[in-house]
Amino acid sequence: MTQPPDLYQRDREWHPPAYVQNYKTSVSRSPQNALLSLEPTLSEVAGPTFGHSDIASLDNDLIRNYAKTGDPIGERIILHGRVQDENGKPVPNTLVEIWQANAGGRYRHKKDTYLAAIDPNFGGCGRTLTDENGFYRFRTIKPGAYPWRNWINSWRPAHIHVSVFGSSFAQRLITQLYFEGDPLIAKCPIVNTIPDQRAIKQLVAALDLNTTVPLDSIAYKFDIVLRGHRSTYFENRPEGN
Amino acid sequence: MVQKLDYLKETPSQTAGPYVHIGLAPGDAGFDIYRQELGRDIAGPEATGERIKIQGQVLDGTGAPVKDVLIEVWQANAAGIYPGIGDVETGFRGWGRVIPDFETGEWSFATVKPAPVPGRGPGLMAPHINFWLVARGINVGLNTRLYFSDETAANETDPILNLIEQADRRDTLVARRDGSVYRFDIRLQGDKETVFFDV
Repeated sequence: MTQPPDLYQRDREWHPPAYVQNYKTSVSRSPQNALLSLEPTLSEVAGPTFGHSDIASLDNDLIRNYAKTGDPIGERIILHGRVQDENGKPVPNTLVEIWQANAGGRYRHKKDTYLAAIDPNFGGCGRTLTDENGFYRFRTIKPGAYPWRNWINSWRPAHIHVSVFGSSFAQRLITQLYFEGDPLIAKCPIVNTIPDQRAIKQLVAALDLNTTVPLDSIAYKFDIVLRGHRSTYFENRPEGN
Repeated sequence: MVQKLDYLKETPSQTAGPYVHIGLAPGDAGFDIYRQELGRDIAGPEATGERIKIQGQVLDGTGAPVKDVLIEVWQANAAGIYPGIGDVETGFRGWGRVIPDFETGEWSFATVKPAPVPGRGPGLMAPHINFWLVARGINVGLNTRLYFSDETAANETDPILNLIEQADRRDTLVARRDGSVYRFDIRLQGDKETVFFDV
């Protein structure tokens, strides 16, 4: 029984703070006390694992995985990228899950009442495992912008929600992917919960013409970085790593 | 001038938003799409140990239930072994997803009670379940732990609980036993605010 190595500390000034007045829901959902910093224990450095038996072959194809009478309407895209850690090491066989609105900005969720229509052939979720080199790939429809009740005229940029596991429970991450060139990105209070422009840039997927399928689908590339594992060389493994 | 440190920066977190269920629990969003949804069965039918139920609410700073929260839990089995670290019963995943009732905000899940696991130093940590909460309005997922009210002796020597400077804040992490059910309410903000960790 070997314990996985520790993780690099999370840079809490790079991530958004809990309380951001302009993102109104955070006002009553942010702790007032400081987080208690822990040296990670086995409970944090261990984490759940997933295998190919957990998912089906069409799970990463949002153009097909809810098709009932034909194809969904909208801009066909390939979304792909690599999951690495802060050391630049690929994260293989890790679960990546995505969810999004349809081309008109409508979510298939019983709580979404936006007047834009549901697409009968679009569900809006997908999942896949990264390959042995950390690469993942989805096929989907580019989501539309979406109005929300923050300020009276707030609109989310086109975005896809992304959930990643890594190998440790403390690497668990949920984020959002935005699209290159979208003028709504700079206006969004949720994007702007992130204080550093360089960090915001890390959430903007790049148009990737090299991966397009000519006459079929355009492509965007979105790489993901999870926390890196620390060497435990000096602590308890004098024989090395 | 110095050499450049070539570490990558972690991808920054964003809120999971109100429609997190579409991606992580589509059945709760209102549609069936996957052959099987993940995280529905934490311990599996073959797990040994005491079968327990845990229930509670997540409350915001006004005392209102957070009805759109999604909780992930992570625990060892009744022998104190985490999947991936040692051998566990077939079907024991130790991980699950918990969704509240959209009307009341009440959630519950069934599992087995975990045994103590090794801490960083000598000795064991008291039985506990790791929690990770995401929701609309939560910008970075919140980490906390559930401990058990009938493990008084183990809780008193638990190295993590003892890091909490104010003794009465430790109680925010202890689920109260009533029969085979434990009650664990999580308060995001204000009076009796739950202790959250930077892990």
